[in-house]
Amino acid sequence: MLYLSLIALIPLAAVAVNAFSGGLGTFWTSVTNSLALQALEVTLVISLIVAVISAVMGTVVAWVLVRDRFPGQRFVNSLIDLPFALPTIVAGVTLLVLYGPGSPVGINIAFTRTIVVVALLFVTLPFVVRSVQPVLLELDHEVEEAAASLGASNAITFRRLVFPALRPAILSGAALSFARSVGEIGTLLIIAGKVQIASLVIYADIEGDATHSAAALSVVLLLFSLVILYALRRFGRTRIAH
Amino acid sequence: MLISRRTTWSLRGIVFVYLALLLVLPVAVVFVRTFEHGLSAAWSWMTTPAAVSAFWLTVVIAAIAVPLNTLFGVTCAMSLARGRSQRRPVRWLRGFIDGVIDLPFAVSPVIVGLALILVYGQSGWFGSWFTGHGIQIIYAPAGMVIATIFVSLPFVVREVTPVLVEVGDEQEQAAATLGASGWQTFWRITIPSISWGVAYGVVLSTARALGEIGAVLVVSSNVAGSTQTLPLLVYAREQDFGTSATTGAYAASTELAVLSLAVLLLMTLLGRRRQAV
Repeated sequence: MLYLSLIALIPLAAVAVNAFSGGLGTFWTSVTNSLALQALEVTLVISLIVAVISAVMGTVVAWVLVRDRFPGQRFVNSLIDLPFALPTIVAGVTLLVLYGPGSPVGINIAFTRTIVVVALLFVTLPFVVRSVQPVLLELDHEVEEAAASLGASNAITFRRLVFPALRPAILSGAALSFARSVGEIGTLLIIAGKVQIASLVIYADIEGDATHSAAALSVVLLLFSLVILYALRRFGRTRIAH
Repeated sequence: MLISRRTTWSLRGIVFVYLALLLVLPVAVVFVRTFEHGLSAAWSWMTTPAAVSAFWLTVVIAAIAVPLNTLFGVTCAMSLARGRSQRRPVRWLRGFIDGVIDLPFAVSPVIVGLALILVYGQSGWFGSWFTGHGIQIIYAPAGMVIATIFVSLPFVVREVTPVLVEVGDEQEQAAATLGASGWQTFWRITIPSISWGVAYGVVLSTARALGEIGAVLVVSSNVAGSTQTLPLLVYAREQDFGTSATTGAYAASTELAVLSLAVLLLMTLLGRRRQAV
């Protein structure tokens, strides 16, 4: 408990205290200045886009990994964990090499919002896949067969049977992706350039000794994370990492 | 669901293209770029004094943070899964720990760094006490260790708690009725049954500890040779303009990537073992 306090709780409390140490008014002005607002808006919009794409593609990937059989499947399956293992800064470098200036495939989207989305998709790839996969594995084939034999088309079976079963897993994976995107910094240091992401703005503030505004923006981000964490808890899932 | 051949193939195709563009190609290109000036050029970038010291600092930080977190994680998991004291403060404490243990996953690493500065920095809450005793934490390796511990805190707890719950405590009770002491039960019964969960948690923590940049970046002075980890070295070299420095960044990236691929391999093997048990 002491360990937890010294390492995590007291420091986080210090951020909150520091954010409000100048009074509520100061807090409010540093959160609502145009730079902070813009950074928050860009961060949230981008994170939302990432969560949606990640949810769709993650489900497709999980589907193929569970329902399909092809050579090299185990290799592809372990590849999914790569973003967890690969340091984010390396992920940033690799994406910049492929999609930055001097790209071997002729795509240069460096320092744009598009590459920020790509980087966040990279980082958050495992969340949805790994939360949907086990549910899909345990899904009863017989129910689907029954539906088919009663004349339901694939589209209807998916919409009425499969998707509802997967929905909690997809949602919790997407929520994790969203939370991760909101806080991500490693990859973005390399590839975001002048795109003002909230975590980068906080970093710049810290470097510029503007601790108060950094703390204020942090509190807002923390609130978002806490809401997401709470929502996840309501879904009844406790395993966050995978 | 009976799915037509065409749908199967197109789904498979979509997944392959997506994974290739997102994961495989970028990593492959960096490997190629690292060695395009020859093996010896890449090797010399990996063995500059700054790179060697960054490598060791990274390893040492992980070597401190991971065992501490393992110890904490197992203790914490034991109290979450086995604690049955119903006295109100204890029960309240358990609920509280359960509620906040995931926090480090939800908090942005930059905020972690900021939080540590506010507490352990020169003008921070405890900072003046430490400075008075001649101990520097922020902008020194100690702060980087704390930051690393913070971000990798929940992994072991999260892996071990469900295993403990699943295994149940019947064997432990049996051992106790046969006269085993608390320690004997723990070492002979509990530890063997959770060892795979612990191992998996350790691997995940290690991966995170080796690659952490956000929190460490904020609390490090980022001086080559003393407070620069491998991820920081990659960042510093990437910021330096000019092709030679970029090659250096690729070389350091490859070094980190190889380290983490080893971790990934362990992860896969352990994950398989864990499911088999």
